[in-house]
Amino acid sequence: MKALDTWERVLLALIVAVYVGFGTGIDGFLSPYAVADSTYNVSEKALIALAMALLVVAGEIDLSIAATMALASLAMGFAMKAGAPLPVMLAVAAATGAACGALNGWLVTRWKLPSIVVTIGTLSLYRGLAQVVLGDQAITGYPETLSTWGNGSVGDVIGVPWLIVPIEFAVLLVAALAVGLFLHRTVHGRRLYAIGANPVASRFSGIAVDRYRFGLFVFAGLMAALAAVLLTGRIGSTRPNLAMGWELDAVTIVILGGVAIEGGRGSIVGTVLAAVLLGSFTFALGMLNVSGIVMSMIVGALLIGAMVLPRGVRHLRTRFA
Amino acid sequence: MTAAAPTPWLSLRGIHKRFGPTHALRGVDLDLVPGEALALIGENGAGKSTLVKTLTGVHAPDDGEILVEGRPCRFPRACDAQAAGIVAVHQETVMFEELTAAENIFIGRQPMRGVGPFTWIDWPRMNREAQAALDRVGAGFAATTPVRQLSLAQRHLIEIARALSQDARVVILDEPTAALSQQEIREFYGLVRGLKAQGVAVLFITHKFDEVFAVCDRYVVLRDGASVGQGAIAEADEPSLVKLMAGRAIEHVYPPIADQRGEVVMRVAGLSHPTEFADVGFELRRGEILGFYGLIGAGRSEAMLALMGLKPEARGEVEVAGRRLDIRQPADAITAGLAYVPEERQRQGGILGFSVRHNISLAGLAGRGRCETPLSRGHWLSPAREEGFAAGLIERLRIRTADQHTPMSGLSGGNQQKVVIAKWLGLNPRIVILDEPTKGIDVGAKQAVYQLIAEMVEQGLAVILVSSELPEVMHLAHRVVVMKRGRTVAEFARGEADAEMLVAAASGLSLPPRAEAPAPVFHYRTELAA
Amino acid sequence: MTKPTTPMRREWLLLGIIVLLALAVGARAPVFLTWRNALDIGNDSAILAILVMGQMLVLLTRGVDLSVASNLALTGMLCALAAKAWPALPLPVLVLMACAIGAGLGFVNGFLIMRFQLPAIVVTLGTMSAYRGAIFVASGGAWVNDHQVHPAIKGLPRDTLLGLPMLIWCAAAVVVLALVLLRWRREGRELYALGGNPSAALYAGIPVSRRLVMAYTLCGALAGLAGLLWVGRYSIAFTELASGYELTVIAACVIGGVSIGGGVGTVSGAVLGVLFIGVINGALPVIQVSPFWQQAIAGAVILVSVVLNARADRHRGRQILERPAAALQGASA
Repeated sequence: MKALDTWERVLLALIVAVYVGFGTGIDGFLSPYAVADSTYNVSEKALIALAMALLVVAGEIDLSIAATMALASLAMGFAMKAGAPLPVMLAVAAATGAACGALNGWLVTRWKLPSIVVTIGTLSLYRGLAQVVLGDQAITGYPETLSTWGNGSVGDVIGVPWLIVPIEFAVLLVAALAVGLFLHRTVHGRRLYAIGANPVASRFSGIAVDRYRFGLFVFAGLMAALAAVLLTGRIGSTRPNLAMGWELDAVTIVILGGVAIEGGRGSIVGTVLAAVLLGSFTFALGMLNVSGIVMSMIVGALLIGAMVLPRGVRHLRTRFA
Repeated sequence: MTAAAPTPWLSLRGIHKRFGPTHALRGVDLDLVPGEALALIGENGAGKSTLVKTLTGVHAPDDGEILVEGRPCRFPRACDAQAAGIVAVHQETVMFEELTAAENIFIGRQPMRGVGPFTWIDWPRMNREAQAALDRVGAGFAATTPVRQLSLAQRHLIEIARALSQDARVVILDEPTAALSQQEIREFYGLVRGLKAQGVAVLFITHKFDEVFAVCDRYVVLRDGASVGQGAIAEADEPSLVKLMAGRAIEHVYPPIADQRGEVVMRVAGLSHPTEFADVGFELRRGEILGFYGLIGAGRSEAMLALMGLKPEARGEVEVAGRRLDIRQPADAITAGLAYVPEERQRQGGILGFSVRHNISLAGLAGRGRCETPLSRGHWLSPAREEGFAAGLIERLRIRTADQHTPMSGLSGGNQQKVVIAKWLGLNPRIVILDEPTKGIDVGAKQAVYQLIAEMVEQGLAVILVSSELPEVMHLAHRVVVMKRGRTVAEFARGEADAEMLVAAASGLSLPPRAEAPAPVFHYRTELAA
Repeated sequence: MTKPTTPMRREWLLLGIIVLLALAVGARAPVFLTWRNALDIGNDSAILAILVMGQMLVLLTRGVDLSVASNLALTGMLCALAAKAWPALPLPVLVLMACAIGAGLGFVNGFLIMRFQLPAIVVTLGTMSAYRGAIFVASGGAWVNDHQVHPAIKGLPRDTLLGLPMLIWCAAAVVVLALVLLRWRREGRELYALGGNPSAALYAGIPVSRRLVMAYTLCGALAGLAGLLWVGRYSIAFTELASGYELTVIAACVIGGVSIGGGVGTVSGAVLGVLFIGVINGALPVIQVSPFWQQAIAGAVILVSVVLNARADRHRGRQILERPAAALQGASA
């Protein structure tokens, strides 16, 4: 495993600071149950952040990923209402996610459109479709298994009571490991960095740039489906505003994690650390009864701070060089 | 009787400029006199463009003085040089495509009407004055034309019109005729003479000696960043200038090229594109250097891009090693054994942010090409294998770098070019296409690249050399194909044509009949003696 | 090379589509083609028009401002609260306040982008949620209801002048000012240059930083004004006000031919974009399509219009070959 980069060390230090700082202030913050609890919200967001990280490294972005989650959950709900068994429900969710991603990918590669505009459009489209279909209704009555996945721990499933690691977190770890290996240890990951750093030179060197781009968008759709399944299982219902605004959180996690928005740089380790940092921080705020809206305000400020800081430091360094 | 030395309006004394380890300008002296055209001559990489950027305020000199009317001056920003009356017209024009010619001429200083804070742009006056400026330079188009619709030559005219309307005292012309036809070049000479007549000092940067002798009054030669000779054009001749430029007899720069050509390794026929080239065809043999000469914009690079699968609308027949190929994307071309070292090494050739090692291994990962040893373990990266691969190529090409992890941006231009070439040579290609390989690199590195080319053909590769540098093409190529406006118009074997004939073919002129035995000017598919 | 569709031709096309749409809807429901309905559409579109003029300035510089809706809501809330606390405040002061607060919020965007060379999309994503959260903090989560909104604020959009509501006059004034800026002031022309070729703009002596900050500040000021008008029109102020509206603004710009890549766009085109969205939104209830469709349609419309733009501007490569007619002439010469 490669040594932690400077920024990742900073993130690690911040995570420790959060736990120490809030741990002394809030009773029970450091208890294993609280720690496990704090991972729920983060695991789902981190899953889409992983896909987002790959996209940003390759020089693209997907702002429609949260809306895709809503559609995938919706599709799964309809499959359930139609009497489909669990595997079919999951397949439907995956197919919907992949289709949403494929549309993004097609528009970006076939028509050479900037992904920011495309995904702003599909964000509206997908969210809007969810609204049209559901209105202000909700779909409930999901099978027990789904709820276990969303709320249960690994120990519940394999019958080891003290293993309170939530299933969602375990899924995240596995996904992070896979994506991390993909990005940092395979030829394809190297090519993603190349595409983000210089797509023209990459194409000239024989890299099938458009194929990779398309694949990344489809992958984002699939990850959205996975996150949607877990989230729906956890909260037990599907509404049109499912995961509303999560695209902002995903982008924040990615940027906070040290991935450069212009592409070509960044790591999965940083992304996961940033997710954990954000998750523990918002969980602590939640324990202090800070409202959700204020939390997202803080997240917004954090995002800007995360970008200003490295440039500000660099600026100071050249000033005093 | 010598006339009194004219007073220069702008002088440079002992200008030095460094970029990290590269010492780009090592003491440049020159004088610009109103009403005179000074030729700035030098090889690629001699420091001409750095000098221009220093004059126009893009770079600040580390040492030395810039004197305007005898007083030392500094240009902290580009607009300060412009305000002082120094204007440059570059090869790649710097324009706002969506705006009109008139707007481009007056950007930032549009004439206004009105009083106090309620002023607005006086469009009719702006268009009128712009049209007048354009007419003065002989432009045949309306000032209200959006620049997007204009050709390179027309955009040059806009820049000159802009300079004139700004009461420029010094106009720097940087290779302005590179893309012009003969007729346009003649008109351009008239323009330069007109500028001189108005008392403007002209700094004329060019490769072409006929231009130097046609319109310039004095010259200064730049070599390796220093000014090594100056004087009046009337007292100079081409060989002496060339000697000053190269610092050694020109023949020593080019290595001997063996002629051990073998069987045909590639056949191209009917290569066409809707707008860029038509009916390009040629044969290429093992161990051969095939030169592709032509004016800038003749369509040579475009044809090569098509061979590499980067032009989806192109059609044609390509055969490599006897097999018909269907090249739809670069990976197909690479598999067939083709390699392409592009013209713009920073934008197309390599990734500046990547290390030397990662640049060299970029094309060969996952078993692409015909590398001798695999670069990776299938789809898994293998730093150890990459290191070995890169080390071998760094040594073979004598790339100067601190270590393999240095980012490509930290290398000199010549070494960057070597990295790009290394990436392709590492794939063991059959055919290497080099597109302007010595553009913008210094003489030492040029020599190294020529040596590499010689070694390539010795090892049995076939090389296509796309170049606008006549000496390069004439000294290295076994055969030369000339392209003009997207079509191949002539083909010569080495020794069959001289510089004049090549230029004539590239520009579409017909030469007057010669007294000596006339060499055939149009000569398709010569049968080669074995 | 096929001539790229000129802006003029494109706008006529868009106008034609709008007229066709209106006629088609009118055929189904004649009430759609009445003056009353046109006024409604005008009212609904006025605020959008103001926001679009501001966003256009930012888009021209190759940037984007995703925080306009949050800016609008925050400024609106602050003005409503101020008017509630000091009922003696005259209307002009409130208007000035709205513009000033909005401008300040916009300035923050411009400053961060310019000073630290940060990408606009990420900065404005951040300020979007920061400003949104600030509304909650300022209001304590409480709504400012109809009876609490200052009558002057409520009156502003509704007062009529020459038969048209002030709201429409405001929008018209903003459009005219935008037109003057972009067509007849150096600062406006320099925005086009900035977005078209940023490095050339520096070289040409254009004060790039100043113009960038100006664009974002003006965008913010207009968002602030729109906020005051919004609160006045709908007689309400709460945290989630206009949530997501920034996408509608961008949609209108994109439809109107303002390029995301910068340097391209006209005021007339942007106004047509606003009209387009206005007509569609006005048509939905008339043809009995649920308002839930609005967002989906906005999304689909963005996508279609961006694809059409891409088709029209597709660069067919340089024309190197001589055109057949010219070649023939050359041959005979």
